[in-house]
Amino acid sequence: MMSATRILEGLGRFYIGLLLAFLYLPIVIMGLMSFNASPFYQLPFEWTTKWYEDLSRNTQLLAATWNSLEIAVITTVISTLLGTAASLALFRYEFRGKKFLQALLFPPIAIPWLITGTAMLIFFFGIGIGRGLHAILLGHVALALPYVIVVVSARLQTFAPELEEAARSLGANQWQVTMRVTLPWIMPGVIAGALFAFAVSFDQFVVSYFLSTPGQATLPVEIYAAIRKGFTPEINAVSTIIIAVSMGLMLITARFFRFGGEK
Amino acid sequence: MADVQVESVSRSFGAHKALDDVSIAFPDGGFYALLGPSGSGKTTLLRLIAGFDFPDSGRIIIGREGVERVPVEKRRIGMVFQNYALFPNMSVADNVAFGLSVRGESKASIAREVRQALDLVQLGKLGERRPHQLSGGQRQRVALARAIVTKPRVLLLDEPLSALDKALRVDMQVELKRIQREIGITTIFVTHDQEEALTMSDRIGILRDGRLVEEGPPEDIYNSPKSEFSATFLGDANILRGDATGDGIRLSDGTAIVASGGVANATGGKASCAVRPERIKIATATASPLAAEGNMLRGRVSKRIFAGNSSTYFVDRMGEVIKVHVQNSGATKIEEGNDVVLHWSPESTVLISAA
Repeated sequence: MMSATRILEGLGRFYIGLLLAFLYLPIVIMGLMSFNASPFYQLPFEWTTKWYEDLSRNTQLLAATWNSLEIAVITTVISTLLGTAASLALFRYEFRGKKFLQALLFPPIAIPWLITGTAMLIFFFGIGIGRGLHAILLGHVALALPYVIVVVSARLQTFAPELEEAARSLGANQWQVTMRVTLPWIMPGVIAGALFAFAVSFDQFVVSYFLSTPGQATLPVEIYAAIRKGFTPEINAVSTIIIAVSMGLMLITARFFRFGGEK
Repeated sequence: MADVQVESVSRSFGAHKALDDVSIAFPDGGFYALLGPSGSGKTTLLRLIAGFDFPDSGRIIIGREGVERVPVEKRRIGMVFQNYALFPNMSVADNVAFGLSVRGESKASIAREVRQALDLVQLGKLGERRPHQLSGGQRQRVALARAIVTKPRVLLLDEPLSALDKALRVDMQVELKRIQREIGITTIFVTHDQEEALTMSDRIGILRDGRLVEEGPPEDIYNSPKSEFSATFLGDANILRGDATGDGIRLSDGTAIVASGGVANATGGKASCAVRPERIKIATATASPLAAEGNMLRGRVSKRIFAGNSSTYFVDRMGEVIKVHVQNSGATKIEEGNDVVLHWSPESTVLISAA
């Protein structure tokens, strides 16, 4: 006879199975279809690498991919540096308007990107920055910065300020204190913040769409344009590559940094 | 090593005067305890001496150098924090090496000095451990080794033993004192634990509401406190209040209390006398009278607390309670509710001008 706990356990497993299926099945199917000969998702499955070959000749899509990567990497570097520095400043110093500044960090996260994008477009146009990759970069840094500050600040909350005092009492200057005591402790937060920044930029469609010009677009914008013209499995191919690379990166990061696990 | 002078130092936080015109001379090589309740300003004073904060006015002199505007990293002090503040990302040896390495000493000399410091605190074998793998007492020793390895001019201790359990705390008191003597460093110790202050220090300064109430060697303060506050804060004391008679006081019922120690005060005003509970002798009222010791009061035992090596009697006298400590010498105990006679000598009585 099955006991009630056994039934509950079974239900739990079923639920987790469903959850994973909803998350990953579409991705798996997309990956499979990028190797399927039929451009209309028709079965039976017939192995081909044609779409990848097509992709390697699709200069527009490839250029957009490189644009996306470049902007994401630069956005990550800039917003991680600025965000970490800002978090340290907010953590260490008391100054007028600090609470107000901290409160100002959250609306950009909550405001719909559509509105932020429109606002940026109007503003950039008005002051002469215009559109293009440089405008996209500026926009992405502005979008990513609050995420980095929030994540790094959360990690700093677990940092004991006496550690900085102890380091100073031992003769360390501000730079030595930061590099040798504070940064090693908040590193998991900084890495997590960087991943967020990368994701915000690399995933970004709405703001990029508003700020791009033909020929100067990022991958999501280009994919959207391509789908509007007519769907091709090349999109599946490029998406599969990106998923493989980003999952690889995540696994490597997870292996080297145990988030919040160490004491 | 160096002595430390604090001269008329004041520090306010907003409207709150954390320190109000405090002057203390900390002798070279001495062990000085800053004692006071929380909010008395003792930690503020320690942080000013360390250089984490700067005084609004007044001078702080280490050796011959006025340091009141010098930031902590340039003051050459060693500090042990209440919760040790060991760097969690470094091994024990790297923690101790930190102060030497930030000033760019060579690897070889760092390794030698770290080994010496760890040996001094008897942790020679634990250099490779991480702080979280150590016990509280061991962390305490690492913090101490880290603070003294740089050969600071002054060692500052911020309630360093408060996080340890009682038995370990007593061990560490002895250990800390041994190391302090061995290297002869001027040490300033903040505590709210009067017992710790009494057993460890050569001098005690008692702070209250940002002012230095009293200072001196522990025995002097204990035996002849100058105020009701220091009498009751440093050790236990019975305070009797009445009219000043010149050599003592007259209680409200006319009983005269004679004191031989304490401040001289004119007759006519109000004054208090402090008597330590262990100086008072207690006997049942019906027992044959003992040789009179000068001061005598009658009362009734309202409560008795047995504490192993001693007992404390709470004697009720006209609504006031007088505490008496009696060593457990095997003599018959006095039951609660019995009438008793208390007596003690004028030498055990300290006259204090009324607050």
